[in-house]
Amino acid sequence: MSVIPSSSQSVSEAPKGIVRRYIFSTNHKVVGVQYFLLALIAVAIGIVLSLLMRFHVVWPGAHIPFLSGGIMTPEQYLALVTMHGTIMVFFVLTTAPQAGFGNYFLPLQIGAPEMAFPRLNMLSFWGTLVAFVVMLAAFLVPGGGPISGWTAYPPLSALGSISGPGEGLGQTMWIISIAIFCVASLLGAVTFIATTIDMRAPGMKLMRLPLTVWSWFVTAILILMAFSVLLAAGVLLLLDRSAGTSFFIPAGVVVNSQLQNHSGGSPLLWQHLFWFFGHPEVYIAILPGMGVVSHVLSNFSRKPVFGYRVMVFATCAIGFLGFTVWGHHMFISGMSPYSGFAFSLLTLAIGVPSAIKTFNWLGTIWGGKIQFTTAMLFALGFVSLFVTGGLSGLFLAQPALDMVLHATYYVVAHFHIIMAMAAIFGIFSATYFWFPKMFGRMLNERMGKLHFWVTFAGAYCIFMPMHFLGIEGAPRRYADFTGVNYLEPLAPLNHFVTIAAFVTGAAQLIFIFNFFWSLKYGRRASRNPWNSTTLEWTTDSPPPPDNFGGRSPEVYRGAYEFSVPGAPEDFIPQNLPPVKAVPAS
Amino acid sequence: MASSTTADGIEIEKLGDGGDGSSGHGDGGVGGGGFGRSDAAPQRAYVTGMTIALGGVLMFFMALVSAYIVRKGFPNSDWRGLDVPWILWLNTTILIASSFTVARSRNRYVAGDKEGFRHWWAVTAILGCFFLVGQLIAWRELAAAGVYLASNPSSSFFYVFTAAHGLHLLGGIAALGFVGVRASRHLTRGTAIEVASMYWHFMDGLWVFLFMLLVLGK
Repeated sequence: MSVIPSSSQSVSEAPKGIVRRYIFSTNHKVVGVQYFLLALIAVAIGIVLSLLMRFHVVWPGAHIPFLSGGIMTPEQYLALVTMHGTIMVFFVLTTAPQAGFGNYFLPLQIGAPEMAFPRLNMLSFWGTLVAFVVMLAAFLVPGGGPISGWTAYPPLSALGSISGPGEGLGQTMWIISIAIFCVASLLGAVTFIATTIDMRAPGMKLMRLPLTVWSWFVTAILILMAFSVLLAAGVLLLLDRSAGTSFFIPAGVVVNSQLQNHSGGSPLLWQHLFWFFGHPEVYIAILPGMGVVSHVLSNFSRKPVFGYRVMVFATCAIGFLGFTVWGHHMFISGMSPYSGFAFSLLTLAIGVPSAIKTFNWLGTIWGGKIQFTTAMLFALGFVSLFVTGGLSGLFLAQPALDMVLHATYYVVAHFHIIMAMAAIFGIFSATYFWFPKMFGRMLNERMGKLHFWVTFAGAYCIFMPMHFLGIEGAPRRYADFTGVNYLEPLAPLNHFVTIAAFVTGAAQLIFIFNFFWSLKYGRRASRNPWNSTTLEWTTDSPPPPDNFGGRSPEVYRGAYEFSVPGAPEDFIPQNLPPVKAVPAS
Repeated sequence: MASSTTADGIEIEKLGDGGDGSSGHGDGGVGGGGFGRSDAAPQRAYVTGMTIALGGVLMFFMALVSAYIVRKGFPNSDWRGLDVPWILWLNTTILIASSFTVARSRNRYVAGDKEGFRHWWAVTAILGCFFLVGQLIAWRELAAAGVYLASNPSSSFFYVFTAAHGLHLLGGIAALGFVGVRASRHLTRGTAIEVASMYWHFMDGLWVFLFMLLVLGK
């Protein structure tokens, strides 16, 4: 580790001009904020799509003003399902926690002045933005958005417009958008990994890294290995659609009484390739949230993270096991019971590192001097949702139960609570925690707490009843339950879910208002408003372009030295040399 | 405090040098550390980055290869084995030879022989171009025999493999050209040469693997 020369002053100045400074900027903090804003726009669109779906499920005959024809067709509903899932998974859950906060805070937390490859990093953001625009444009082409779901199962996704509206140009644009997204994510992942390995400040040993950095690092490895596989699968799917190959399309497929000219391909091959990406993707969404939650729980309990090394191990174990369990998405595909058994065992094995994390979170807050800030509330909410969603996972991990529950709302409830809600709570926790550092002002705590309680109650009100719907056999992806006799007694439950969804969606306006109001009128943030230990709090809020204003931080201790006996304060920054920490003893 | 006496520190050194393990001895630019500007990455970060990127490339091709193995292994498969055009043997030989020339070029650079470096570097790029032209000839031959992308899964995979590898190699030739012609603002010449040769060797090894798969696993 070489010492960074602090003589060069020129780098602490940002480049001149709006375009170089805020738009085509290579600065990791600008790129991080750009990713964050992209995710904010994407999540707003995603929420609107889901509210349209919920509205249609309970009032299928209602007139919707801006739709052609006025009443939503089943195909339009499926396009909403597809686009909601795609936008949320790729452009929100992958983008905000990893690329957004990771870009902003990874270099700051390891004491680096910049990412290792700033231009690659900028390219990664602009690629993601292009992918997002192409994805949204799929709504506007003839036929509308694709209807094959975010998993794009062939043959539906592979046969072209004959298999449904949206399966023509719309589906092609979906694949191209995802391919661009894959390439952009790979560039970002290479940058993250190389930065963590080679750009750490002197003294920042691996076991002194904040758990957030560990999560971003492991997540970047997952992205590297998973998105390259999705890219390969996407290329093959595109060839099946446009070049007449038969990778995924079997012989003898008849659509609209027309025999399709394909032979011998296998839709299951796509499922294997897709879920080899798709399951690690779940951890790509949730691991950064776990890191943030560990960090925030420790900070606001004024206690070190319980079992730091074990937490690091659990993060790596979850990342590794995540690559061995893709088959549990395919229990109903007719796979051999032996394979099903193996995938089931491996899936249940993930419960071990997950439980380790959960108990360590509880151990961290146990006996702490807990400060119920909004960031802390969202972190606690994350733990609650993670446990709830994890428990339903134990049921679904067993092939025999999954056979019954797989195509029902039970699965919708499960993955929304653990992947969507928990990850979103991680993002909110990170936002309330780091907003002061990013923008130099505090978010309003009163509005924040209101936002938390409505969202927390809303998350459970929306998704808990879906378990019951699923157990009763309500199928996923159906646009309309009219005339399904066995579900009629549950109609009030569906109404309740929809109303809860609209209330929770509206509550997000509190956050949006708080965000922009606080940008202008929020209380000015000091360097270290939360009395934190990590390096980003040792520099200005917001940090100068080169992060530490020409000086190079040196690290002398671990990331979570809270309430150390004998220390003058209840926290010791990582860059405080040992002699100053303990007064003459 | 910053000494690398701990297990962690040692591990980092290993990771940083992993990329040029083939060369044995580091050259001036690699691993020498030293931030050129205070916000620039140390030179070893480029070697790390290339190692990681190649990991991603490997996953991409392994996904295609596993699809190949699975698609071929279906019971009652419509798979008809593809006899690869003979010119692929020549192409493969050319590409293997180019690995030797790029290694020689790199050695000349380390020895301080700029002229020798430039000579063998150019030879490598030319061999790379020969390889690509050879691949195009192979495509033309197959097309003349009526074997197209969609003719059979075996030909689909053949075109996908050769096209994907060819595009990657084209990028490699562009990199060789770039490194040979001008210096980068961020990388030292030594690092650039190191990183480009790593990529080149990888593309060579990858092709040999794919070729074996196509010949032995048809």
